[in-house]
Amino acid sequence: MARTAKKNPVDMSFSFITAVASFSVIVFIIGILYVLISESSLAIGKFGVIKFVTSTDWDPVKESFGALTNIYGTVVTTIFSLIISIPVAIGIAIFVTEISPNFLKGPIGVAIELLAAIPSIIYGMWGLFTLSPIMSNHVEPFLKKIFGSVPLIGILFQGTPMGIDILTASVILSIMIIPFTASISRDSFDLTPAVVKESAYAIGATKWEVVKNVVIPYSKLGVFGGVVLSLGRAIGETMAVAFVLGNNHRITTSLLDAAATITVTLANEFAEADKDIYLSALFYLALVLFVMSFITLAMAKFFLIRAERKYSR
Amino acid sequence: MKTFLKFALTLALVFSFTHGYAAESLNGAGATFPYPVYSAWAFDYNKVTGIRLNYQSIGSGGGIRQITERTVDFGASDAPLRPEQLNKDRLLQFPAVVGGVVPVVNLPGVKDGQLKLDSDAVCKIYLGEIRKWDDPRIKALNPQIKLPNSDITVVHRSDGSGTTAIFTNYLSGICPAWKSKVGAGTSVNWPAGIGGKGNEGVSNYTKRTAASIGYVEFAYAQQNKLVYVLLKNPAGNFVEPSFKTFEDAAATANFNPKEDFNLWLVNAPGKNSWPIAGATFILLAKEKTASNKKVTVFFDWAFKNGDRKAQELIYVPLPAALKDKVRGYWKTNGL
Repeated sequence: MARTAKKNPVDMSFSFITAVASFSVIVFIIGILYVLISESSLAIGKFGVIKFVTSTDWDPVKESFGALTNIYGTVVTTIFSLIISIPVAIGIAIFVTEISPNFLKGPIGVAIELLAAIPSIIYGMWGLFTLSPIMSNHVEPFLKKIFGSVPLIGILFQGTPMGIDILTASVILSIMIIPFTASISRDSFDLTPAVVKESAYAIGATKWEVVKNVVIPYSKLGVFGGVVLSLGRAIGETMAVAFVLGNNHRITTSLLDAAATITVTLANEFAEADKDIYLSALFYLALVLFVMSFITLAMAKFFLIRAERKYSR
Repeated sequence: MKTFLKFALTLALVFSFTHGYAAESLNGAGATFPYPVYSAWAFDYNKVTGIRLNYQSIGSGGGIRQITERTVDFGASDAPLRPEQLNKDRLLQFPAVVGGVVPVVNLPGVKDGQLKLDSDAVCKIYLGEIRKWDDPRIKALNPQIKLPNSDITVVHRSDGSGTTAIFTNYLSGICPAWKSKVGAGTSVNWPAGIGGKGNEGVSNYTKRTAASIGYVEFAYAQQNKLVYVLLKNPAGNFVEPSFKTFEDAAATANFNPKEDFNLWLVNAPGKNSWPIAGATFILLAKEKTASNKKVTVFFDWAFKNGDRKAQELIYVPLPAALKDKVRGYWKTNGL
């Protein structure tokens, strides 16, 4: 504090540069928001807000557009990818921090980080050429046979397994986001003070009890942060799912049906959108995604702050 | 001071070079479909004349926008623009090369060119009204083939594309039900089937899924050894997709220079015409005479010297008569 009063020129220019860097982010965000709104103004004017987000129409020929199928696809693939990825990621983190012998920790850690470094288009092509046939020939018929006739859950497994569907897309998404959840959970688990864990062991707790009653409660905020980060990634992921989701603008109840997310629609249709209203509707979709991401982040922040408060008391 | 001079000199040199390039280069953007042939022509043209042609394959929609905003020397589109729109945006339009779209099937025991379909069958299959391969309407066309009693899996493009535009224009032209229910465009609201991204997506799903039918560019069908079908054309003949039948379509279709060649090359009247072909178009800004001249000189060169290259890449060069029509169109527009 005292140093800033002296106005050292190096200090001043340093703080100026950091301030510029930080404010540029805000400028970018406002700029992006401005472009999205101005480009989509045509569609906003024609379809309004409520009608656009509640309409299931998506017909470029008849120039009738609605976002509900895309929003639905985005939400469903994100939820299912989280359902698949969270247990796996937390399992990885527990194994690496608590169970695995030391010589295995390095290789597994590196492997997880490598998974995060693979470009999403690679996941997309791999999904199209490798995963999708496996899903349609083996995994999906198997799931259909087991769950297809179970009441309630059975609805999720109707239709012909084609491998181009919500399930395949969710599996790819979950593989993509596992590294984020896993490495952040691992780091938070590592932050559990050894003293606390050792005390638990000392009073006779088993490994399972230590993980369940000491490590996870201690680091749940960090884990939650990791989940939120992966949630953001899953909502916005494009290329990995563009190839295996089929871009089908319908609301379906089965996991074995094709669907469309907002990003998939944008990636598939942006380049060949040849009418003004079509292009404007795509920008409008992007705006909807922007708002959705904002709401998700805000909600996550809200829970984090509440949890932090409860925790610090 | 010396270093400063050196620096300034280098800078001047660099700028003079880039300037030199700018004078000798043409920029185009648009459709992805003709990208391989345009860049092959550009490569050869550069060797002969030293003029560089940069073509960015950003999609037809992008190409139309960029030439409308005058950010490129020429735009390219798989879809012809209507004369009214060309007038409004002050654009010129002419065809450059022809391609075809081919329905491909994956049916056990059925080989290349064995299955015959007419326009009604293709339309009803894509509408989801014909659901089984042994439907009487398909059987009647193919008495010699034993068709399985399996569900037809319809494969279409999931992304917006010129290929879809050509295919849906074909369906709209021959099938009133399609026209009223679905219509034609770069992406449509498909009544049936699954979507694959790109030609590679559709060919992959068709190859992998038994009892499926899809549609891909001719080049893709050839390279991926997909099983093509014979189609009945408006003249009443069953034709197979080949350079000859595409060329016949381009030669017999009524391209009218007075309407800026605005024509979908589908359901051409020729005896041997393949019914699902499409020309891909070049768009020029009317007022930019100087750069337009350079573009037309390039395409004139390509019309003269590029036919073999185009065929190697499985594109169909324009028939000679159509090339002359295009040259006449340039002349009437002062190029």
